Amino acid sequence: MKDEVDTREDRVANLKGMGCSRKRVEDARFTQGKGNYVDDIKLDGMLFGDFVRSPYAHARITSINTEAALKVPGVLAVLTAADLEPLGLHWMPTLAGDKQMVLADGKVLFQGQEVAFVVAEDRYAAADGIELVEVEYEELPVIVDPFEALQSDVVLREDLVGEDGSIPAGAHGPRKHHNHIFTWEAGDKAPTEEVIANAEVVAEESMYYHRTHPCPLETCGCVASMDKVNGKLTLWGTFQAPHAIRTVVSLISGIEEHNIRVISPDIGGGFGNKVGAYPGYVCSVVASIVTGKPVKWIEDRMDNLMTTAFARDYHMTGKISATKEGKITGLHCHVTADHGGFDACADPTKFPAGFMNICTGSYDIPTAFLEVDGVYTNKAPGGVSYRCSFRVTEAVYFIERMIEVLAIKLNMDAAELRRINFIKKEQFPYTAALGWEYDSGDYHTAWEKALTTVDYEGLRAEQAQRVEDFKAGKTRKLMGIGLSFFTEIVGAGPVKNCDILGLGMFDSCEIRIHPTGSAIARLGTISQGQGHATTFAQILASEIGLSADSITIEEGDTDTAPYGLGTYGSRSTPVAGAATAMAGRKIRAKAQMIAAYLLEVHDNDVEFDVDRFVVKGAPEKFKTMKEIAFAAYNQAIPGLEPGLEAVSYYDPPNMTYPFGAYVCVMDIDVDTGVPEIRRFYALDDCGTRINPMIIEGQVHGGLTEALAVALGQEIAYDDMGNVKTGTLMDFFLPTAWEVPNYETDFTVTPSPHHPIGAKGVGESPHVGGVPCFSNAVQDAFRPFGNTHTNMPHDHWRIWRTANELGLHD
Amino acid sequence: MSNKMHIKLNVNGKDEEFLAEPRELLIYTLRERLNITGPHIGCETSHCGACTVTIDGKSVKSCTMFVAQASGKAVTTIEGIGGPDALHPLQEAFKEHHGLQCGYCTPGMITRATKLLEEIPNPTEEEIRFGMAGNICRCTGYQNIVKSIQAAATEMNAAKEAAE
Repeated sequence: MKDEVDTREDRVANLKGMGCSRKRVEDARFTQGKGNYVDDIKLDGMLFGDFVRSPYAHARITSINTEAALKVPGVLAVLTAADLEPLGLHWMPTLAGDKQMVLADGKVLFQGQEVAFVVAEDRYAAADGIELVEVEYEELPVIVDPFEALQSDVVLREDLVGEDGSIPAGAHGPRKHHNHIFTWEAGDKAPTEEVIANAEVVAEESMYYHRTHPCPLETCGCVASMDKVNGKLTLWGTFQAPHAIRTVVSLISGIEEHNIRVISPDIGGGFGNKVGAYPGYVCSVVASIVTGKPVKWIEDRMDNLMTTAFARDYHMTGKISATKEGKITGLHCHVTADHGGFDACADPTKFPAGFMNICTGSYDIPTAFLEVDGVYTNKAPGGVSYRCSFRVTEAVYFIERMIEVLAIKLNMDAAELRRINFIKKEQFPYTAALGWEYDSGDYHTAWEKALTTVDYEGLRAEQAQRVEDFKAGKTRKLMGIGLSFFTEIVGAGPVKNCDILGLGMFDSCEIRIHPTGSAIARLGTISQGQGHATTFAQILASEIGLSADSITIEEGDTDTAPYGLGTYGSRSTPVAGAATAMAGRKIRAKAQMIAAYLLEVHDNDVEFDVDRFVVKGAPEKFKTMKEIAFAAYNQAIPGLEPGLEAVSYYDPPNMTYPFGAYVCVMDIDVDTGVPEIRRFYALDDCGTRINPMIIEGQVHGGLTEALAVALGQEIAYDDMGNVKTGTLMDFFLPTAWEVPNYETDFTVTPSPHHPIGAKGVGESPHVGGVPCFSNAVQDAFRPFGNTHTNMPHDHWRIWRTANELGLHD
Repeated sequence: MSNKMHIKLNVNGKDEEFLAEPRELLIYTLRERLNITGPHIGCETSHCGACTVTIDGKSVKSCTMFVAQASGKAVTTIEGIGGPDALHPLQEAFKEHHGLQCGYCTPGMITRATKLLEEIPNPTEEEIRFGMAGNICRCTGYQNIVKSIQAAATEMNAAKEAAE
């Protein structure tokens, strides 16, 4: 056998295990146009469903007439709330403990809300039917501002007010007003207020983190197929959490879970958009049951931007206190969170504001307090984690802006202010004032590496010269240096405090080794471009000693995959990656017994070495994993069952805390408001690195989504609740032309509690990138008196800042 | 909508002939009538380029073209560019340089890039970024797409030189 003569180095290389930039196994089919996305699915007799949507943001529905629509050739059915009500499906539970209408039940609460579902032979007939559904509306006052909502007499959710006008408590405790959803607190209020009241220096700032949208290139959709003969429902769809969807469908439909098969085929990007359960899924299932045929529903881009899964929309007010020397003593944060018409945020149950309480960031802040008020408005529901763990982008933006604002107040360099407040390496594991236990970190090393690499002092000198030149009329371009140091909190999470709708947030892996020494592993997660089929095979290769090329990874079919909570919040590597390693170790433990038997020694006399077990002290005596796999199936071994399989359900003991140091250098033309990114340096520490090529790709992509959000991407409403950014004409997605090249770098601080020390990386660049781009814009104007301006920093807003600062005079 | 039109198309070298409503968009002809699912739908407004095909030597966004407008013309999709037995150098390069993640934009991206490299066989980075600006990718940040196209250009130019 060839591998018996290879050197140990060759054997390691042949494994293609952890740490190597293995090429992706997914790419052959994608580059040839042979991906299988949900809209590619075509079944015999398949129908197409589409929605009649509300043009109004707040209105009562006085009548719906479907007669004309039903006469359209090809239209088979039109579902309204009245049809769903007998089934109890006109409303459905949200992931946040609220409920939302599946189809408008007497009124609509946001523009684009689903009013009726037209089922037709194809999408053209469905569109014709939609045109002819007559809906009469009676307009109601529209509220798009959460502060106004909390003062207004207008009741948005009549279903949440008692007949006597009382306001019953919600899923997260008492409500202060009929448009109020919850108040959520973390930390110590009185001590924090006292520290701030008596502090030497206090900086205050209010900031609005605007509403935006994950906008994956593939919109949401599904195909529901109810087989009435067997009583089985199959549901294909763009699901980031297929098992959770199966359980939710079972709970709300009454179909037993074993009769439901949910399949996530290839997914064209998720970024949080595809976590939730949407009316389109429910209506497709009902329509399939009613018609007895498969029903497909696919959002168009306007549907997607207007109705499924907005992100952010946080109005944040902060106070940060420090000594004159810059040592931070306290932090206070209040958030007014605009959740839209229904509270459909995708957060773990106990965290209605997600992990916003990571907002003390990377700093050793002794006292802190956070209060979040959730509010209903006439905007679309959602509140998903757009390329971040739950609300972490908001938290990191908040603290990284507050640090800059404090630096201005102290007249101190912002890099130095960060340096003197970082949590020190020896303080880990570190318990933050708002409760989280950070697993590991070495912030000072990362920061110094970043600042040295970019020649930070040189950049500051250049910037000072630029300001002089600008004042002297020699240039019209300012220079901004954006800094950010972020700590993420990912890998949700420990079942003791993390669940969604009561489903614990563990994850899983099941491995079967085939007799000839190849394998299949199935996981509870689902890739949306992250390359799981490539990287999870690498984890296994290193754990079980079979080449990654001999391991198939399969995800997304609930009939075959073990139960898991899916892929979002950078949880795949921290949770399912851990399950994969643990399942691999179970395989290895049995393989050790088989090897010892075959080598006629005691179990403890053999040890694992790359791809084999060797007799200790006699490396020429060994059995490769391939030989062991064959023996496992084909040789009677006393005391051992045949076969080589394992399954692991992994409940993580803690979150993981990736971190990073980013620097952006930007030139800004004050007369056009156009920012030009000259340099972007990103150092990421995601613990143990599984595939550097894929990590870098994730960083490039996350930074580009950060650039989009910071510099222009926005879901904007007018006063009537009309969405002003409903197509890609108005909703900013950067093209190759607007995006710079990024420099990536890393340090490695493994997670001490994760079996392979990995922390997750997919979302870090977005979390750290947004404040970095924003800080660069703000920093350019700092010498002229700017403290803070709100994102998105599009050309017009940058121009306006320059104008307000008198730079056009 | 009974006034159907007689359409003749050549798709990836194969002649197709059928009756279609005047309002039928080319992307649906390809995806639903002909089961050619490489080109994808991303925006319906010509912005994202996931539906890019080549028609008579030009890159076209098939989500905003009626099939009637393409009648009599030759259409090439990703399926006509390279397959398992002979990948196009761009397909090889995208795999080699991690030029894709979720894969949804990839067929349109590669289809567009084949034309770009015909228009400019040896493009600068700036020319690639400008020439690809009609195709949106949400995953990669474009850096590795640019790299992939550069690598394919080098490969194709070397092959051409060797052949001469």
